[in-house]
Amino acid sequence: MSKRPFLAWFVSPSVLIAFGIAASFLAIVQYSLRAHVPGSLDPGGFTLDNFTTLLKTIYGQAFLDTALLCVWTALFTLLVGYPLAYALVRAKSARLRSAILLVSLTPLFLGEIVRTYSWIIVLGNQGFLNSTLLQLGIIDEPFSLMFTMTGVVIALVHFTLPIVVVMLAAALSHIDRNLERAATSLGAGRIRVFFTVTLPLSMPGIAAAASTAFAWTFSAFATPQMIGGGQVQTISTLVYQVGFASFNFPLAASLSLSGLAFSILVIALFNAGIRRLERFGAH
Amino acid sequence: MKKTLLDQVLDWSGRALVAAILGFVMLPFIVVALASFNDSAILSFPPENWSLRWYGNAFGYSDFGDGLLNSLRIAAFGATIALVAGAGFAYALDRYAFPGKAFLNGVLMSPLIIPNFTIGLGLLILSAAAGIPRTMWLVIAVHVIIVLPFVVRSVYVSLRNFDRAYETAAESLGASPRRTLLTVTLPLLLPGLISGGLFAAILSFNEFTASLFVVSQRTQTLPVAMYNYVREYADPTLAAVSVIYVVTVALILLVVHKIFRLEKVLNVE
Repeated sequence: MSKRPFLAWFVSPSVLIAFGIAASFLAIVQYSLRAHVPGSLDPGGFTLDNFTTLLKTIYGQAFLDTALLCVWTALFTLLVGYPLAYALVRAKSARLRSAILLVSLTPLFLGEIVRTYSWIIVLGNQGFLNSTLLQLGIIDEPFSLMFTMTGVVIALVHFTLPIVVVMLAAALSHIDRNLERAATSLGAGRIRVFFTVTLPLSMPGIAAAASTAFAWTFSAFATPQMIGGGQVQTISTLVYQVGFASFNFPLAASLSLSGLAFSILVIALFNAGIRRLERFGAH
Repeated sequence: MKKTLLDQVLDWSGRALVAAILGFVMLPFIVVALASFNDSAILSFPPENWSLRWYGNAFGYSDFGDGLLNSLRIAAFGATIALVAGAGFAYALDRYAFPGKAFLNGVLMSPLIIPNFTIGLGLLILSAAAGIPRTMWLVIAVHVIIVLPFVVRSVYVSLRNFDRAYETAAESLGASPRRTLLTVTLPLLLPGLISGGLFAAILSFNEFTASLFVVSQRTQTLPVAMYNYVREYADPTLAAVSVIYVVTVALILLVVHKIFRLEKVLNVE
């Protein structure tokens, strides 16, 4: 092609960035295999000790808690996000569509801190929910959502919702409406059309949204840190703690690596499961 | 066709459900706004006395001002670098075949799967090992890596929807490849480039987790300053900051929506 000389200009900045990504990844791998020298930031000799340390109960518990948190969050986000995406794509009035889109997107651009802080004010012992329910006489003493898995899941669903809505809406908007019309003209009611046509056709979108929700939740740090308050320990909060409270960067590195491997494994398993479901739905 | 009773029940319950979900999305922001105007330092609902003192506090706390300036600088540099690199790569991705393309694409997209805390830790370790000081440029580098996939995706989508006939027409009229690129391709891609850059800037402005690993006291961003504030003080100053934040972001989104139509940008039409 005659335009080839352009190519170096187009790709060289991104090659440089790719080098940076690869180098930092290799740095993590290298650190994860080095011994921790207490009191020093420089790592010691090569060892596999970091990975055997990870077999301890508290780390195993953090892996389990993180997985549980991600699964619950992904599930609830899908349940909450699907109706929103459906309304966004199918609402007849353009004004309503815009409103739904803007409201569902705003949280995406607020970052974790503003959102988490807002949820602390809602969920706290003296927060909005407890004050309101106490004043209405519905409850006699504040119930705790702070420092619980439930509280973290509520805030994380809110955190993950926008991206899930966008992905589901993209999938729903690409469904051929004629298939639904055909089902209707053959006498299927709306509920039946939804469950036998629309829902199965949106399965690929649901699968993509679910794994993104999982990865997104896995990556969350401020929400489990601030709302979980040490009671809900995730991989991300542990990495930070190990790194900055005990300056054990080799262990933090191996924890990060295992976490990454763990989340890729879960997503792969999950996608395999969904594919099976999809085949099932096709019959 | 007349709607049956069942259809009407479905319609109304669907509307109620969507309204409830939108309420769930808005709830924390409404509550945070109430808290920000509450005179009391202790949270209570409904507020007894109203005041603007937390807004005064927010503006008087220098870490927020410094953090805001840092965040704006980092977002501006980070988004520009990501836009230049990302747009170039998206163009090459769409138009050319070159050795290592798939591999390069994989590496550049990997931050979508690698959690932000791992990216932050990786660059912290790398910079420590290479003796690179923790300056603003390190924070910018982290942000470029994180927002680049989003820019590539957004520019790539515009390139896919691009009508190549304009380029062919320019070339057949004798324009050089460079001239075609500058006078036909770039102007036509401009909306995609602007929205991609804006998206990158907003993401970078909000990035928290990876930044926490690589900032120093001097380079801390606004989200990090906010996080540190919550850990030290329990008063509602942060509610005031949050309200300013929400209103600004909502206004920006509204303007972007008016100009570019978000449905198009996000490909949900």
